[in-house]
Amino acid sequence: MIAIVDYRAGNLTSVARALQHLNVPCVVTDRAEDLRRAERVIFPGVGAAGEAMRNLRGTGLAGCIREVFDSGKPLLGICLGTQVIFEYSEEDNRTECLGIIPGGVRRFPSGMREGGDPLKIPHMGWNRVSLRGAHPVFAGLPENAEFYFVHSYYPAPSNGADVAGETEYGIRFASAVARKNLVAVQFHPEKSGRFGLRILENFSRWDGSHAQ
Amino acid sequence: MLSKRIIPCLDVRDGKLTKGVKFKGNVDIGDPVEVARQYYEQGADEIVFYDITASSEGRDIMIDVVRRVAETIFIPFSVGGGIRTLEDMRRVILAGAEKVSVNSGAVENPRIITEGAVAFGRQCVVLGMDVKKVEKSAKIPSGYEIVIQGGRKYMGIDALWWAKEAESLGAGEICLNSIDADGTLDGYELDLTHLIASRVSIPVIASGGAGRKEHLLDVLTRAKADAALIASIVHYGTYTIAELKDYLSGNGVKVREVW
Repeated sequence: MIAIVDYRAGNLTSVARALQHLNVPCVVTDRAEDLRRAERVIFPGVGAAGEAMRNLRGTGLAGCIREVFDSGKPLLGICLGTQVIFEYSEEDNRTECLGIIPGGVRRFPSGMREGGDPLKIPHMGWNRVSLRGAHPVFAGLPENAEFYFVHSYYPAPSNGADVAGETEYGIRFASAVARKNLVAVQFHPEKSGRFGLRILENFSRWDGSHAQ
Repeated sequence: MLSKRIIPCLDVRDGKLTKGVKFKGNVDIGDPVEVARQYYEQGADEIVFYDITASSEGRDIMIDVVRRVAETIFIPFSVGGGIRTLEDMRRVILAGAEKVSVNSGAVENPRIITEGAVAFGRQCVVLGMDVKKVEKSAKIPSGYEIVIQGGRKYMGIDALWWAKEAESLGAGEICLNSIDADGTLDGYELDLTHLIASRVSIPVIASGGAGRKEHLLDVLTRAKADAALIASIVHYGTYTIAELKDYLSGNGVKVREVW
């Protein structure tokens, strides 16, 4: 069973629908005991970091996420869930976050251009992810696969070894990070067609070990 | 580098497509869920549903269609048509749509844009604009005026002003439909698209007029659109989405090429 963490951060049913489509049992939950019992945990979310951290602290789920990571259980962060896994976010006048991965989350610089045209923020739409090395969660993806992004802030891990994949949008940023039993992606696998579903399916079978 | 998006638009009334959609092999299909699935599998980057249902019973049917689409395709899709209240928006989003599009409802009550952005996030709120070319005047300095009711009612609102206003109110994207070009198959309204796309900092989806593949190239390059809405050009089997993308890619436009 996969537990999808519900911390009032947007509509979480799309991740559940994608797992149901893959015939992977899942539950959307805000209860600590469900997270402890689950074999795997998905930490999604859409919205702003400040509000998300208030909800996570208020409900006690902040400590639970940390506990899930420390237990070695496979953990998948998606979008805002990925961002609050870092130490801090520049969003909402700097928000202190969970600090599971060293580094921060920064706003895309204004005035980015590409081929003479100004780049819009948020970064919204389909873009490539250049994977660094092999990881079981990203197995079987073609090199030119694209994923659906919607975000104005990007992950900036302190430790280069935590970067699992990179994306170009005005700058080059870490669109996927991996550390031990944690994989976290800035894009939405549940909205990224067949290759996104492949990531969810890989995760549903991953034991949390990081064999190269 | 971000891909330019190719977005088929499906018009739905009482839960059925208003026009059949022919795929290669000439099979005619009227079920929006089935057609959405086919376009998803054929490489659509997103799908737009436009609900032209008038009755409240028909609206409930549409919510059921949205729910079934969300169980079937795993790319973003938006739903528009008759959205007037926050509750209308909530129903569509909770049923599984990624985005909801407001058009005349926002012209009549601009606060709906802000309310939607606060409740669901800006990225969920698409402003649909129906626009007609008019004489430039003090009231309509851009020469493009907002119309509603399928172009029958002129609102005395300048299209460029409204686009910028909607952006500041919280719209996350604009779907810009030229009533003059719509249905002509003669190409998108490039001047209008360029005017709006170059003056707002949110993505602009160009709509109305696509009849040949060259039209998509023009609107995505010269007119600076972020995405192209297509209807007849794929519904009647003139091109597949893959053929359109191959052509665009061959002409230097970054598109999503594998799916």
